[in-house]
Amino acid sequence: MTRLLLVAALAGAAVGCASTAERDPRDPWEPLNRGIYSFNDMLDTAVARPVASAYQKVAPSEVRLRVRNFFGNIGDVFIGVNNFLQGKFEDGVSDWARFAFNTTIGLLGIHDIATDMGYEKHNEDFGQTFGRWGAAAGPYLVLPIVGSSDVRDGIGWGFDFYTDPLNETKPFQARWGLVGLRLIQTRADLLDASRILEEAALDRYVFQRDAYLQRRRNLIYDGRPPREKEPDDEAGDKPQKPATEEKEMHDDPDQKPR
Amino acid sequence: MTRIRNLASAALLGASALFAFAPLARAQELPPDQLVKNVTVEVVELITKDREIQQGDRAKLIELIDAKVLPHFNFTAMTALALGHSWNKATPEQKKRLTEEFRTLLVRTYASALAAYSEQKLDFRPLRAKPTDTDVTVQVRVLQAGAQPVPIDYSMEKTASGWKVYDVMVGGVSLVANYRTEFNNVVRESGIDGLIKNLAAKNRRFEPGAAKR
Repeated sequence: MTRLLLVAALAGAAVGCASTAERDPRDPWEPLNRGIYSFNDMLDTAVARPVASAYQKVAPSEVRLRVRNFFGNIGDVFIGVNNFLQGKFEDGVSDWARFAFNTTIGLLGIHDIATDMGYEKHNEDFGQTFGRWGAAAGPYLVLPIVGSSDVRDGIGWGFDFYTDPLNETKPFQARWGLVGLRLIQTRADLLDASRILEEAALDRYVFQRDAYLQRRRNLIYDGRPPREKEPDDEAGDKPQKPATEEKEMHDDPDQKPR
Repeated sequence: MTRIRNLASAALLGASALFAFAPLARAQELPPDQLVKNVTVEVVELITKDREIQQGDRAKLIELIDAKVLPHFNFTAMTALALGHSWNKATPEQKKRLTEEFRTLLVRTYASALAAYSEQKLDFRPLRAKPTDTDVTVQVRVLQAGAQPVPIDYSMEKTASGWKVYDVMVGGVSLVANYRTEFNNVVRESGIDGLIKNLAAKNRRFEPGAAKR
């Protein structure tokens, strides 16, 4: 609760002082989002990054791989569910086969033998399922702690959280231990990426937001999104894109090819 | 969670994507997918074998990128695409400066990404294009243990001096498109000269030598 209040206060402060010349139509809540973004960043600098760095130093990469596989295996259950919900039965069966093989022969998932057997890991979640069903992304949204999202994915994240198999773990100490370890592992996997982001971006908030929106659109279409109309296509003397582009602002699942 | 991780690996690989190129004697005659494959394999081998680079010699890594990778990129096209409308409003001198600064920024970013490379396997996809095509997408997938493969798509255009890359998409994130909003925000606030200054300041801050942490 105190955390929520803190976020609200920060957000309020951000609304007060942000001088956004022109709002991006995809991000009408930018001042609020920026507030939450800097709160997350502060928390990350103070806690998550140091802990993840320490973990990376202490745990050999072999151990980290096993930890990653273990949580990845648990994730495959609902990746499969989401594939079924999206009507991709073959993929869903493959995800569950992964879970079956990795949990048994792969010793509770620490060995990803299913990949070697030809069952590729997928990336699905409820946000993608809703997108596939036709839900528009809605405004961009930065969630406290979770980070980049949008309205659709935020709701999706709620479902992901609610259906997280770790929720079933008892006693609760074990449950929070696992959740914590998964968080640390995830953050450790991101250490290089976040350093690169810092070097690459003029404005990290904008860079991360645009990458998120592009990435999610790509994921919803499983890597084959319809081409979108670039607002600036006619500009520039360089390469002419084919004339087959659809007129589309950014994230319009109505145009999905199915 | 996986979403964040995938986004991050996308960002990471996006940055690293350009490491994949090195010139070959007959580069001009090679079909684009062969070009990508040959130079990727060569550069990856060079960096994994070089002790100094492995120990974090950033200057040497950038030297390697300069020599092997840059000749296969059309930075003017990349800068033009990243700027969109504003490109046409720039003077030739401004275009030159912009391209230089953007190139420095990208090279440094690739260097960082490349330094993070740790023996992931690469899967070179067969090219889906007609022999007469002059604008193609070459697809490579980075396979990593315990995670979904990350696709890297090189948009390449045939020019008089061989095939040149003008955009890289990593995990569906176009590098060029991702800079567009940022660049246009700066241009709107402080003009094209403002953007040049902004990029130059950013580049100076991260120059090798001014090492962070």
